[in-house]
Amino acid sequence: MKLLVTFSRKGGKQPLIAQTVKDTGVLINVERAFIESNEGEVLIDVPDEDTEIISAAMEKAGARVKKIEDSVIRDESECVNCGACISVCPQDVLSFDETWTLCIDSSKCVLCGKCVEACPHQALSLLP
Amino acid sequence: MEKTIELINTRIRDGNARAIRADQMPDIVDELGVEGALREVDVVTTGTFGAMCSSGAFFNFGHSDPPIRMEKVWMNEVEAYAGIAAVDAYLGATQKSETQGISYGGAHVLEDLVAGNSVRLRAQSRGTDCYPRKTLEIDLTLEDMNQATMVNPRNSYQSYVAASNTSDRTLHTYMGTLLPNAGNVSYSGAGCLSPIPNDPGLRTIGSGVPIFLCGAEGMIIGEGTQASPGNGFGTLMTTGDMNDMSTDFLRAATFKGYNSTLYVGLGVPIPVLDEEVVRQTAVRDEDLKTTIADYGVSNRNRPDLREVTYAELKSGLVEMDGEEVKTSSLSSYKKALEVADELKSWVEGGRMQLALPTRRINTEKTARPMRDRARAPQVRDIMNTSLVTISEDEKIQTAAKRLLRGEINHLPVLDDTNRLVGIVTTFDIAKAVASNGKGGTVRDIMTKRVVYTSPAEAVDVATRKLEMNNISALPVVDENGKLAGILSAINLGKLFERGWKR
Ligand code: SF4
Ligand code: SF4
Repeated sequence: MKLLVTFSRKGGKQPLIAQTVKDTGVLINVERAFIESNEGEVLIDVPDEDTEIISAAMEKAGARVKKIEDSVIRDESECVNCGACISVCPQDVLSFDETWTLCIDSSKCVLCGKCVEACPHQALSLLP
Repeated sequence: MEKTIELINTRIRDGNARAIRADQMPDIVDELGVEGALREVDVVTTGTFGAMCSSGAFFNFGHSDPPIRMEKVWMNEVEAYAGIAAVDAYLGATQKSETQGISYGGAHVLEDLVAGNSVRLRAQSRGTDCYPRKTLEIDLTLEDMNQATMVNPRNSYQSYVAASNTSDRTLHTYMGTLLPNAGNVSYSGAGCLSPIPNDPGLRTIGSGVPIFLCGAEGMIIGEGTQASPGNGFGTLMTTGDMNDMSTDFLRAATFKGYNSTLYVGLGVPIPVLDEEVVRQTAVRDEDLKTTIADYGVSNRNRPDLREVTYAELKSGLVEMDGEEVKTSSLSSYKKALEVADELKSWVEGGRMQLALPTRRINTEKTARPMRDRARAPQVRDIMNTSLVTISEDEKIQTAAKRLLRGEINHLPVLDDTNRLVGIVTTFDIAKAVASNGKGGTVRDIMTKRVVYTSPAEAVDVATRKLEMNNISALPVVDENGKLAGILSAINLGKLFERGWKR
């Protein structure tokens, strides 16, 4: 399960991820991170069964945690099922099924936004 | 056995015609044989749904009171061409909005109209005795206009070159997003379902043939612009009434960093007249080849990376240099199938009559690149080759003398291997003298980041370098890194004085 963690460092600079790994004993895979001087947004991947423990630990440390399930949103009225978005995705999130309809497997998405830019029909957006 | 078009049309009228989608034809022929398929199948329906930039529509808005001769026309702030009769205009799909740029173009206006939305028409004129009105602004829907006739100069490419990019940056092109280092391949076209690949000899596809165009019953006007059926790139010019069109088969799009364009759904019904038609329509994706070109090279003649079949492209992966590369289609195969299915239901439902071309398209013709009347002048044609140079270890005074003796203003500086390392101008020397630094060496005062040109560079490009960098001369460095000459504003002046001749 992927979690989007946002935090601010107003309350001192504790090492959020390292601390969570230490406290819970769960290994966290960091997929993407934007960290500025006093705030940050990190996309992490954790084993499904540990999602709750991790969320709780991070929330306790003052972070906001959002589960990423449908990260890429497709506007079906705009999408023409061309497939222009498929090959630009670094994670194989997008593919055709046997009826040439676009399928989205969000669990692998790292929210890079490449597909959104590549869609000629402006049919894709990332989770708000 | 042969079938006449009249027989096929009678069957359609009687509701007895059998239509088959082009992608299913190979299996039918395998099963029934050519003769059997000729007996069983009356019409093969084709379809494609993709970006077709060369599309647009003619409008007649009707006369206002007092009347205006529209000299300039905008529809939702997208300019339409009004250099025709008083209230006629042509709106092209790729024209961009003057207020919203490429995110809203002519294609979006066309889609809005077909969707039933009203569009703001704005017109300007200088006013004449017969057309006194000077400005007009009004909201119109399709219904309010006398005609809204789509006329697409170039649709339905026979096949299209696929694209990849070996450069090291992401490109945003009319072939979509091309990842660096050949990270993906982008292609367009429905392969064996596309119209022309099912009749490459253009026996049944030509002027006057009824077609499916964006949901309406349209017609082929004739060969499309830039048609090149002689080397496998035939195109069609098409027309249809926008009032009968549907947004299911007409969609505006914007390619990031490139432009707006129109996705057009187009299908041609092919009457199965004889065995030749059966054989042609039994084409498979495996038989249809195109090339993958390198868009990383910005030249008219982009190098080919490899040959590829539509079957490989549609599989989602192609091999390039030993690696599997993902493909993306810009056109929608799902929609292309819908077009062919819709056309099939028109034929089997007795809704459409077929016709043979009233005029055949020349299949030998090939499109040519623009004729270069004169080779564009190159730097080597006008550069100064009598070189006066200096080495970086020499005294500033020596440089000053050399400039004076040569009556020049720029002195290229070379290192001991004769490579260009800098440039010294009379201005640099004046500066050094003014600040009492004339005892130093050339190295201390030269400009090290030299902007340079090459012998084969077009003079236009070199001139742009001079302007952009606000400088008056460019050293010319050849392909071996050696100084070949110098190009100064004086050389350019001479070029314009004598006028460039072939
Ligand atoms: S956001 Fe990036 S990772 Fe997610 S689907 Fe789009 S291209 Fe793939
Ligand atoms: S690029 Fe856009 S329109 Fe094409 S399949 Fe992807 S989401 Fe749909």
